[in-house]
Amino acid sequence: MNDATIDVHGLSKSFGARRVVDNLSLRVAEREVCGFLGANGSGKTTTLRMLCGLLKPDAGSGTCLGLDIVRDAASIRRQVGYMTQRFSYYEDLTVAENLELVAGVYEMPEARAAVRDIIMRMELGSYAEELAGNLSGVWKQRLALAACVLHRPKLLLLDEPTAGVDAKARREFWDLIHDLAVEGLTVLVSTHYMDKAERCNRIVYLANGRIMVEGDALDVARQSGLITYDGIGEDIEDIAQRIRAMPGVEAAGVFRRAVHVAGIDRAQLERAIGAFTQLQWREVEPRIEDVFIHELSAKDRQEAVR
Amino acid sequence: MSGISSKRVRSLLRKEWLQVRRDPFTLRLIIALPIMQLLLFGYAINTNPKHLPTGLLAAEPSKYERTIVAGLQNTGYYDIKTLRSEQEAEKGLAQGDYLFVVNIPPNFDRSVDRGESPSVLIDADATDPTAIGYATAALGGLANVLNRDLPPIRRVQPSTPAFQFIVHSRYNPEQLSVLNIVPGLICVVLTMSTLFLTTLSITRERERGTMENLMAMPVRPIEIMLAKIAPYILIGYIQVIVILAVSAAVFRLPVHGSVIVLLLALGLFIASNLALGLTFSTVASNQMQATQMAQFALMPSILMSGFFAPFAGMPVWAQYVGEALPTTHAIRIVRGLLLKGNAPTDILPDLWPIAVFTVLVVGVGAWLYRETLD
Ligand SMILES: Nc1ncnc2c1ncn2[C@@H]1O[C@H](COP(=O)(O)OP(=O)(O)O)[C@@H](O)[C@H]1O
Ligand SMILES: [Mg+2]
Repeated sequence: MNDATIDVHGLSKSFGARRVVDNLSLRVAEREVCGFLGANGSGKTTTLRMLCGLLKPDAGSGTCLGLDIVRDAASIRRQVGYMTQRFSYYEDLTVAENLELVAGVYEMPEARAAVRDIIMRMELGSYAEELAGNLSGVWKQRLALAACVLHRPKLLLLDEPTAGVDAKARREFWDLIHDLAVEGLTVLVSTHYMDKAERCNRIVYLANGRIMVEGDALDVARQSGLITYDGIGEDIEDIAQRIRAMPGVEAAGVFRRAVHVAGIDRAQLERAIGAFTQLQWREVEPRIEDVFIHELSAKDRQEAVR
Repeated sequence: MSGISSKRVRSLLRKEWLQVRRDPFTLRLIIALPIMQLLLFGYAINTNPKHLPTGLLAAEPSKYERTIVAGLQNTGYYDIKTLRSEQEAEKGLAQGDYLFVVNIPPNFDRSVDRGESPSVLIDADATDPTAIGYATAALGGLANVLNRDLPPIRRVQPSTPAFQFIVHSRYNPEQLSVLNIVPGLICVVLTMSTLFLTTLSITRERERGTMENLMAMPVRPIEIMLAKIAPYILIGYIQVIVILAVSAAVFRLPVHGSVIVLLLALGLFIASNLALGLTFSTVASNQMQATQMAQFALMPSILMSGFFAPFAGMPVWAQYVGEALPTTHAIRIVRGLLLKGNAPTDILPDLWPIAVFTVLVVGVGAWLYRETLD
């Protein structure tokens, strides 16, 4: 028996001549919150679709909840909650009607009670009779999350659930996800908001359909060997622009009212920041997005050489 | 895989019903479209079809009959086939196999020779007056067709005609064109609304992204389809009733046959359209494409079904196309039931082609339907 909730290996998928997912292997343990990261077009959605049987992989195999992802797709669907990247509930139905549809489709006993409970839990009470189309982005997302946990799945696949909502709503959303994980759900969540990656037990970073980095979120950052500095002072926007062009600086940006720079070569990086003595510099722990930017620019360089 | 779950279907049905109810466009389409069409097409469309199927019923072999038949053929309007019995003639006329039946009375040759000027009765199927108008007008030119064959003694006294045609308009004695329009209109409006609405229904879900969600849930395709077609069957029936009510009130449409049989037969016809719509819907990748496909199917249903122009007036290839379309058969069924008072058995020859069409289309649709997004 396999104790990993998701265990797939060698998944590949092409659209036409384009290979969108390339030999991807992934294990997600029970009750883990796994962050699935990567730029737009890196193949996150395609992978999630393969995991819940909406797309058939060209190659590779594996299990979700112990069920074969190709052969048992129908059984997987009953136990998985999949939240699509695009809002995909009916805008001409009310919040309650959408949820009742979901409850009916999963043949839930006590459907009404279940819908009432989830509306309470997701604090959707004041919108229950509102048409879904009239909800703001935040509440649409809340509805989508409510709908995909309504049937008490064992695994949640969330595709960019916090895209396009403000920071406060994002934080609340992640709190909900963590509560669910504590209750025994396994969660695989794709996102391109790197600042939330810390809230995952584990992250998998995808670029061009391949896994580039994988592991414990903080370890990944520490083990990257990246050097990172924060500089505070005046005109940081302008300095961030200028310092980005200097040798040894792989990434530079403004983060929490400081210029944040990262590089792999300590000597070069320190020479670069030495040119901007008007700021107060301080070495900091590398963050996950630094790692991604580093991996990406390394990849870009490889492509440029080719 | 498990069977169809009534609970799932019920949930999906409720959703479809709520959506149809909240779509003001659909509601308007249901009522306004048939009434608009009825008024628009109320004007007869003038056409001049030739080679109309004609049955010949002769009491006994006769020499003058041959001349008359040749004369009729020469007008170009009549294609004549000899019939053996009254029953055959009656049935052929009821089922639309013949638009005319020419009756040569007994002792015809002798009556002509004696100068009794006997009558040749022509039963005409007047459900579509435009189809037979020119053909009956051409009869006037045949008044003297026998003159050359007459015995010399009769030839010198042309004061009385050798014989005369009497045209008996059946089914629609007043030859009201609008009555002919109504059966066709019922079928064409049903095709338009049910075909278009279902074609759009699945494509719309795909375009809005809701299909991905639906497919990620434990729903079987057949359940989605069932839930999608049910509201449109209801809509179809509402339209039939609107058209019949307006026609009865405004045009005094007679209803000779059984309304129950009519509604049952139309149920099958609606099903054939829904099947086609769903099949298009599974193939089309966006609503634009879906609409074009529906239009592509709608054109021949209007033009080649006998609605727009009399069936008999179309070129042979178009008649073959027409025979393959459910609308053609549905129009014949409705004409037969409303205007001719046909018995249920009379509609069977037009019922089975619709059934075959439906089964074929459902087969193709199920074969094309994908459970994945590939
Ligand atoms: N059904 C499809 N047909 C063709 N190309 C597709 C399809 N789905 C996705 N792609 C392409 O595959 C690539 C990866 O897409 P996706 O998995 O959606 O990436 P992500 O979710 O990481 O943004 C994109 O370039 C996209 O255009
Ligand atoms: Mg995506």
